[in-house]
This record gives sequence, C-alpha cells and structure tokens, in this order.
Amino acid sequence: MMKFIHKTASPPYFYKLAGLWQPWLAGITILLLIAGLYGGLIYAPTDYQQGESYRIIYIHVPAAWMSLFIYVVMAVTAAIGLIWRIKLAESVTVCSAPIGAGFTLLALVTGSLWGKPMWGAWWVWDARLTAELILLFLYFGIMSLYAAISDKRVASRAVAILALVGVVNIPIIHYSVEWWNTLHQGPTVTKFDKPSIDFRMLIPLLIMAVAFKIYYVWSLFMRLRVELLDRERNTQWVKSLLMDNKD
Amino acid sequence: MNQSSLTNVFFALLKRDLLLAFRHRAELFNPLMFFVLVVTLFPLGTGADSKLLQTMAPGIIWVAALLAAMLSLDAIFRSDFEDGSLELLVLNPHPTSILVLAKVLTHWLVTGLPLIIVAPLLAVFLGLDSSLIGLLVLTLLLGTPVLSLIGAVAIALTVGLKRGGILLSLLVLPFYVPVLIFATNAIEMAASGLPVVAQLWILASLLILAITLTPWPTAAALKLSLS
Repeated sequence: MMKFIHKTASPPYFYKLAGLWQPWLAGITILLLIAGLYGGLIYAPTDYQQGESYRIIYIHVPAAWMSLFIYVVMAVTAAIGLIWRIKLAESVTVCSAPIGAGFTLLALVTGSLWGKPMWGAWWVWDARLTAELILLFLYFGIMSLYAAISDKRVASRAVAILALVGVVNIPIIHYSVEWWNTLHQGPTVTKFDKPSIDFRMLIPLLIMAVAFKIYYVWSLFMRLRVELLDRERNTQWVKSLLMDNKD
Repeated sequence: MNQSSLTNVFFALLKRDLLLAFRHRAELFNPLMFFVLVVTLFPLGTGADSKLLQTMAPGIIWVAALLAAMLSLDAIFRSDFEDGSLELLVLNPHPTSILVLAKVLTHWLVTGLPLIIVAPLLAVFLGLDSSLIGLLVLTLLLGTPVLSLIGAVAIALTVGLKRGGILLSLLVLPFYVPVLIFATNAIEMAASGLPVVAQLWILASLLILAITLTPWPTAAALKLSLS
C-alpha cells in the first residue's frame, strides 16, 4: 500500500499518469456538463414559486459545494505535505487554491444574480453569503502568500500552515456569522431550504455536482503537471522529457 | 542551577521585550494615536448625528482596534528578525511555541492594553451609553489578546518578506471576523436589554482556543521564515 502511494506520488510517474488521464477526464466532464445542463435547463420542470429563475441552482449549488470541498482537500493535503513532506501533496494544496477561488467567486456571482429578482437585492449580509465571501478572502490570502515567497518549497509549506489554520477557523467563522445574523436580523432571508425537491430537478443537480468534481480533478491535473515541471526543472526526468519531445 | 528553566527564560524574554518597547517610547504611542485618529474620522465622515454615532460606536471602536492591532503586528518579530535574535530564540532548547507566547504577551501589553484604557474615553465621545462602557472594556479585554495571537501566526509567515504589509491584512482580517462579530454583537444585545453571557463565553472560549492553538503554527512558521 505505502509502496503504491510512494510510486504514484513521485513526480515523474504522476506526470505521466496525469497525462494519460487527462483526455478521459476532459471527455467525462464535457459529457456530464452537457447532460446536466440539458437536464437542468430543459428537462427539469418549472418551479411553481420561483419560475424559471430557480434554474441557476444548477450552477450555483454545485459551485458552492465545490468551494468548501476544495478547501477541505487543500487542508488535508496540507497536513499530508507538512507531516510526510510529500512534494505532490504540497503541489495539490497550492494548485487547488485558484480553482477553489474560482468556484467561490462563481457561487457568489450566481447567487447574487439569483438574489436580485428573488430577494430584490444583489447582496444581503446573510450568514451564508458572508461566510462564503470570507472563504474567498482566505483563498486569495493563500494565493498571494504563495506568490509572495520566492522559494517555492518554503512557500508551499507556508501555505500549508495557513490552510490548516484556516480550516480550524472556518467552522468558527461559519457559526459566528450564522449566530450573528439569526440573533441580529429577523428571519427575512431564509436559507436554501429544499423541502423535498422534485426528483426530476434533483437528478440534473447531482449530475452537475459530479461534473464539477471531475472538472476540478481535470483542471487540477493540468495545473499539477505544469507546477511539477516548473519545480523539478533541474532534475533528470524533466530534462529527458524535454529531449524526447524535441524530436 | 535553575537559571535557564522555561519559566525563567519566558520572563527574561518578556522583560527584555518590554524594556525594548519602553526605550522606544515614540513607537509605543503610534498605534494608540492611530486608534484615536481612526475613531475621530468616523464622525467627520458620517456626520455628527448623535443617534447614528451611538449605534455605531461599538463597531467603530472595534474596527479601529482591529486595524490598530493589525498594523502594529510587525513589531512582534520584525526587529528581532532583522538583528538575528529571532534565530537564537528558535535555536533555544526550550519549545519555541511557549517563548512565542512571551512575545505575543508583550505585544498585547504594549499595544492592546493602552487601547483598552483609551477606549472608554472614545466611547464617551461617541455617545455610547455609560452603562455599556464596562461591557465594551470587557469585550476588548477578551478580544484583543486573540487579535495579537492570531496576528502572530500571520506575521511569522510574512516576516521574511520585504513587503508584507498588504499581504498581512489579507491574511489576518478574515480571521478577525469572529472576534469582531461576537464583541460588537454583545454590546448591541446589551443595548437592547438582552443578556450577553453567551457572547462573552464565546469570546472567552475563542481566547482559550487561540492561546492553546496558535503558538504551534506560529513557531512552525517562524522556523520556516528563518530557513
């Protein structure tokens, strides 16, 4: 088992493996996206209360799930990277941050587009919105810390420490914001409660969620390959790879 | 023989840092002046409507305290990093995480405590109800150490960088959100006559969490910055 992990996590091996996987991941992502969007935009019935505008959940909800999921992935790989000093884990932490920030931004933008016709405001200081916004700042903090330190090995460990501190803080932020609002403001803005969502609505949503997850793996692999080449540029395997590609 | 026990080293470090801080008296007053100035800017910016100021007073004072704490974080490690004494601190046989607490304690004594002393005066200027001033001081007493402790992690991460200023605010401010929320919420609740025990307990538990958890990442980050 450990041998398998060590082998897979070694940069040259992973580089090749990720390269092999990439077309498959891309294909599955695109197929699932088409299926999910067709299901969400055309097949799913119109909501009796919100009309057609509810359909934004097919982007919004999976994006919001991903924003949290990626942060958890980052924290876990940060811990692995710090404890066992696995280079690949460090790279996963670093490469996930921009993707996570992208999903967080997507969730915020789609949410605000939905909020304008539904709540009559682009932005409300609701618990979820605020917590998501702070999550976005955490992602930005991680990205700029990584960019600010020139030695990338040191930078990725610094980022790992920050990601771990952040993961302790995320539940605290989440609940603080939630309590702050429920104590402070009347229940004007209900959360995304779905009392028994229609089956035909749910299926496309789940397809979209899976599509987003696989898209994450796909784009993560692309970023990882570049990152690995960049970091290992002085090693033999990168040099021989470049020599092979020359002819 | 007991010269270099952990307690002795801790207090020696505390004494040295406090002494250093008092030798630079002008720098000592800078965060305080900043705090007072920021609070003064609000009535000028929002108009001197006393009702408005009264409701905003806890928020204004807390945001100003937050910014003052953040801007003074540099003092925790910067000069020691530059003259190399930080390396000695890390090479010391005693656990760095405990020694770091001495530095954070100094920071709080030098910047946090003066803010707390001045805050009631500013609260009076903003027209905060006099019965709430005690509570404001209590939230500041519980909250500002947390700001120093969390800030120490961020400053330890960025101390090796030439320009860490704006980056520091990006790293630190998201983590300050819970403290700000619970502290100002406590005062607002009290203003409308509701019990605030829950908020105070949460602030206290945040303080305990910060004391127990932040020294490790701070020490780890310091070692990283020195490598």
